[in-house]
Amino acid sequence: MMNKENKRVLQNLLFVVLGMFCFGFALVPLYDVFCEYTGLNGKTGVQYVSAEQLQVDTSREIKVEFLANTNDGMPWEFKALTYSINVHPGEANRVEFVVKNTTNRDIIGRATPSVSPGLAAAYFKKTECFCFTEQLLKAGEEKIMPVVFIVDPAINKNIREITLSYTFFIQPGSEDKTASQDISSLDDVSKLAINTALTQY
Amino acid sequence: MSAVIEEHHDDHDHKPTGIGRWLFSTNHKDIGTMYLWFSFTMLFIGGSLALVIRAELFQPGLQFVDPELFNQLTTLHGLIMVFGVIMPGFVGLANWMIPLMIGAPDMALPRMNNWSFWLLPAAFGLLLSSLVMSLMGMGSAPNFGWTFYAPLSTTYGPASTDYFIFSVHLMGISSIMGAINIIATIINMRAPGMTYMKMPIFVWTWFITAYLLIAVMPILAGVVTMMLTDRNFGTSFFSAAGGGDPVLFQHLFWFFGHPEVYIMILPSFGIISQIIPTFSRKKIFGYSSMVYATSSIAFLSFIVWAHHMFTTGMPVATELFFMYATMLIAVPTGVKVFNWVSTMWQGSLTFETPMLFAIAFIFLFTIGGFTGLMLSIVPADFQYHDTYFVVAHFHYVLVTGALFGIFAAIYYWIPKWTGNMYDENLGKWHFWVSTISVNVLFFPMHFVGLAGMPRRIPDYNMQFTEFNQIASIGAFVFGFSQLILLYNIIKTIRGKATEKATSQVWEGAEGLEWTLPSPAPFHSFTTPPTVK
Repeated sequence: MMNKENKRVLQNLLFVVLGMFCFGFALVPLYDVFCEYTGLNGKTGVQYVSAEQLQVDTSREIKVEFLANTNDGMPWEFKALTYSINVHPGEANRVEFVVKNTTNRDIIGRATPSVSPGLAAAYFKKTECFCFTEQLLKAGEEKIMPVVFIVDPAINKNIREITLSYTFFIQPGSEDKTASQDISSLDDVSKLAINTALTQY
Repeated sequence: MSAVIEEHHDDHDHKPTGIGRWLFSTNHKDIGTMYLWFSFTMLFIGGSLALVIRAELFQPGLQFVDPELFNQLTTLHGLIMVFGVIMPGFVGLANWMIPLMIGAPDMALPRMNNWSFWLLPAAFGLLLSSLVMSLMGMGSAPNFGWTFYAPLSTTYGPASTDYFIFSVHLMGISSIMGAINIIATIINMRAPGMTYMKMPIFVWTWFITAYLLIAVMPILAGVVTMMLTDRNFGTSFFSAAGGGDPVLFQHLFWFFGHPEVYIMILPSFGIISQIIPTFSRKKIFGYSSMVYATSSIAFLSFIVWAHHMFTTGMPVATELFFMYATMLIAVPTGVKVFNWVSTMWQGSLTFETPMLFAIAFIFLFTIGGFTGLMLSIVPADFQYHDTYFVVAHFHYVLVTGALFGIFAAIYYWIPKWTGNMYDENLGKWHFWVSTISVNVLFFPMHFVGLAGMPRRIPDYNMQFTEFNQIASIGAFVFGFSQLILLYNIIKTIRGKATEKATSQVWEGAEGLEWTLPSPAPFHSFTTPPTVK
């Protein structure tokens, strides 16, 4: 039988094991908080609500460029209507993107923003963005999607160019649902072919 | 030391018989033996995969395997060598030697010990079955490298990835149970008078290693659990589409992975610290600095993980922090190397096989450590990253470091395990052939790496041909030279053609394990010895 001291060591260590397992999962939100706080991985923050009017710094001009991408497997057409604009830090700017669902089924997508250089991310404030929520596009639908942003005047003086890139991802699950709906109307042979293709991934 | 007493003891040494002895074993020596044989078997399996890889890389172009299979071979080679050879090998040595070295009758938690071993064949059966199925044309084995970066292993992983995940869970549980057992044994079962600072260094290094295992194996379990739910249950930990981040995977993996590489070297440090004093006939130089250096290395291992990820686009401040923290590791490691060399200084050295492997370890591990320092320099790492230079670096620390440590331990302790001396001639052959061929194998990889040959590719540019051919020749010689070790071990166990070992075995050896007869009786230290 296990003696008392061994049982105590076993219990303590199992507690550590459990703690470290949970710590692994706790690192996921901690990682996001850390990145948001430091702006390290070019992720921009959540919707910005201005507490006070920012001073517009007309002495500086920063060139902001826009990139629009779709991820692998996302059938939407996604373009920036403005490729680049010159802005003064502190002023609000509005740019538009156009996105079209070229397929004959409804798809939910989500855009992930990324700012380069990464250190500019913390100073790139968005008051309005289609990236804050999921976007549903019906079959064949086309939408204009606006972004309103302010570059914080506190941004490092050496930064003269910022690139804002959006990548539209298909929402996990949304494609499966639509795919399986499509399958139900097909004959057995095609179903088999589609299922084989799906299980390859 | 009297033969009469030994005989007398053996008569009362009741052993269970048949297959049940092994299946239900709670004896630390039997379980240690099983761990060691398991590790040795896996060495030949993982080694065979490496030889197929080296055969393919003998010349540019595709000869034997297609790129898809090549990826599976590199993945399984890495996983088997890390989790199937080095880790079980060390746990086997810990099982055998820690109770003998601290004067304990057995491990603290013998039933858990049995379970932690028998999970391993299940885990590796599962993992290897994916390769067998792949060779039979049913899907692909894991093909994303042993580091299984997302999204290669999540979005693009083959169906067998779920086998891999379950297998890693089993290995993790096995390692955690093994580590708990070792800690409980060391804390509670030391002989009277053996204070912490009197423990042999091997026990100390394993004590610290066990804590590292307990700290990071759960993180690995968490990572593969996240992969599992990402793949099957619609979560998006590592998928940008759902708000996750693939770079997070790398952070989590290396937060486990860096302590893991020290888990694979610290017990070797311990082994070398036992062998060098024995064959120098001196006490170890700087015992307490050895203990503190090992603890510092363990601590530092937690704050250097991002040096594996310098090219993922980190800010300069972070790169600088991880660069300096990584360079700091050279200090305690340097202390250890200095202590080993100082132990040999003015000692009366003899060069039996364990000592030869120990000296080779010091020299070759230091080469691996030195290339590690080169890799820690951020701007240099941008050039070296994902080239064969990295492959050369970690094979120097893991093959001529960890594996040579295990070889040295086998030669050093096998007389105690079997009661027979190994064949010294064969041992020397094994040493010289291995040591020369391992350098022929891995040293040219530095050059092709610096010239820009990437890792994990089945085909390469013509300019790399000569060095790859040299490496492949070295690989085959090194691989087959391990058969000398296998033959020597079997010969020693049979014991017909070898001389009997005394209980002291080595003239200069000190420690409780040498007070027991050879072979060590099935039950030892039923009354605890007293340490002065």
